[in-house]
Amino acid sequence: MAMKIGEKPFFDRVDDALENDFMRNAMASAQDRLRDKKLDATERDDEIGDWEEWRSAGEEIRRHTLENLDYYLDQLSENFAAKGGHVYFAKTAEDANRYIQEVARKKDAKHVTKSKSMVTEEIGLNEALEDVGCHVHETDLAEYILQVDDTDRPSHIVVPSLHKNKEQIRDTFKSKAGYTGTEEPSELTAFARSQLRDVFLEADIGITGCNFAVAESGSISLATNEGNANMVTSYPDTQITVMGMERLVPTWDELDVLINLLSRSAVGQKITTYVTNLTPGVEEDCVDAPKEFHLVILDAGRSNALGTEFQSALHCIRCAACVNVCPVYRQIGGHAYGSIYQGPIGAVLSPILGGYEEYGELPYASSLCAACTEACPVKIPLHEQLIRHRENYVAEQGKPKAGEKLSMKAFGIGASTPSLFQIAVKGAPTFLKPFVKDGSISNGPGPMKPWTAIREFPAPGKDNFRSWFKEHKRGRK
Amino acid sequence: MAKGTIHNKDVFLNEIAGKLGRERRKDVTLPRWQHQPQWEVYKNDSPDDLLAIFRQSSQAKDAHVVETDRANLAETLQKVVDAYGGESIVATNDDRFAAYGLNDVLDTNHTHRWDTALGAENIEKANAANIGIFFGDIGLAESGTIVQFNDKDIARSVSLLPITYIAIVPKSSIVPRMTQAAHEVHKQVEAGKDIATCINFISGPSNSADIEMDIVVGVHGPVKAVYLVVE
Repeated sequence: MAMKIGEKPFFDRVDDALENDFMRNAMASAQDRLRDKKLDATERDDEIGDWEEWRSAGEEIRRHTLENLDYYLDQLSENFAAKGGHVYFAKTAEDANRYIQEVARKKDAKHVTKSKSMVTEEIGLNEALEDVGCHVHETDLAEYILQVDDTDRPSHIVVPSLHKNKEQIRDTFKSKAGYTGTEEPSELTAFARSQLRDVFLEADIGITGCNFAVAESGSISLATNEGNANMVTSYPDTQITVMGMERLVPTWDELDVLINLLSRSAVGQKITTYVTNLTPGVEEDCVDAPKEFHLVILDAGRSNALGTEFQSALHCIRCAACVNVCPVYRQIGGHAYGSIYQGPIGAVLSPILGGYEEYGELPYASSLCAACTEACPVKIPLHEQLIRHRENYVAEQGKPKAGEKLSMKAFGIGASTPSLFQIAVKGAPTFLKPFVKDGSISNGPGPMKPWTAIREFPAPGKDNFRSWFKEHKRGRK
Repeated sequence: MAKGTIHNKDVFLNEIAGKLGRERRKDVTLPRWQHQPQWEVYKNDSPDDLLAIFRQSSQAKDAHVVETDRANLAETLQKVVDAYGGESIVATNDDRFAAYGLNDVLDTNHTHRWDTALGAENIEKANAANIGIFFGDIGLAESGTIVQFNDKDIARSVSLLPITYIAIVPKSSIVPRMTQAAHEVHKQVEAGKDIATCINFISGPSNSADIEMDIVVGVHGPVKAVYLVVE
């Protein structure tokens, strides 16, 4: 499972998505609502002052933290351990899973509750824990819905079950969990509450992701709305937090700025309903707090970006603001990306974490309109990084398809040789004539295929720009 | 307390430093940030202004705000308890209940006061309770947020498990936004103090918009929230 979704090639996944009108409508309407809420809480909120100033503050903090990542991770781990916590630096997903399996074995754990976490999805932690006999309970409503539906995969970083409507959720709950109510969201939610309350109180281990760790105090900060993260970190004796190695801030002052950027950009809230800040420490007779704390700090490909043009991709705070403005995500939805990280940030991050061979085509899932860059609360130049990825992919760092390499090569020769270029431009109307119908092309050859499969392509005019310009100049003279 | 363990640190961090093209950094000074918009928000607002903002933001988060003064606090609390159905009530083990003259109200309503000597029974009582009552340590005007520094007596469960929670918020504790509360914690850390193991920022009842983006109030945590602001 892990980071990859599905086995089909990228364009087949896109085709599947484009045929799914329901999903596309759901995506469009969710995108509109999320984007609108974000704008209300950011650019349109006069109370917080200039939003651009906040973005600059976020960028400044993230840049400094990443430039000194080794220092702050050192500080974080020392402070976490000084309070009795255990820190495990994991180079790979397998390392992280092995360590967590070991903790579960030692605790003889049977039931594990989890709050929402993309990083544990990325490493396939649920399967790893099931392999050692644990029953893993997803407790975030969206993750719970996906888990009940035979472990469907996330289609959005913040709202993983965005592709499902309430009727589908009702049917899933009915057929798989014994639900008997209607499709009303409040009733469906109440069902999840009733199913999970006892599970929370009886679990052996609670597992969380990490929105931000605070280096100066060894704290973990979780931004949530449902109360499940508080449940997961109050009742089991053992708390395990898994964090991507870049997800930290130097001090509580910077935590404030980033929680603000995250809450407003992700869900249009001034602050999420819960911001739960947990620091290891045991009071002997305390009855509703863990006794043992583990922090797993994960690389899993992130360090590939350090010291490269992609370093700022690690500034990402996983708010999905870029996903919520992307015109391509709007059309193809989350699953088509084939990665649990979708949208513009997914197309930038997935090749860094998983390589070009697997994810090299994702940077092409972009119109390069730069709406993502403009939306990013920490100013990651996403569309520029998408172009850098494409360059790397074509320049054989990846493994582009032979046909694409050949056509790029041919284009290179053609474009750099004026006479050949002229022939190509002048000849285009003739070459394409057999495909033209009523002034447009609906079933184009070769590289035009993916375009014309979904929309018309205007047939080239008889005149080209150069000859038009020549005539134009002559006329003016 | 026994120190915890750290595994693989040096290999991991050396590699990061290597990728960043330098040696490990052993000392980094936090820069003076060029951009600090957070301190400007509601900078010059009076306590009354902050209360007005707090009231408005709390209502936007589905929290019911009730205002009173110290002389009428006990009576007001009783009214709120009645309005929310009374019955089973839990409260944190907090000296402020006595200081604010609320012990009688709690006793009259057979409130279970958190008592670590009773162990897990506390959790059972909180799980079955209709109402949980606790003091907020800091109020955030901007977002209608209650900050709670939890420990073994100021138990997390009181604000989490009952159907309704009532947070008593001294008006004097209301600050502009998270900035001031986070900075307070930062100062504690700088002074070498142990900060609370759970510092909870809570804004209204639990909620979710995971199903078709419709907001549903009351998911795993409380369904209703009341802020009782004391002048």
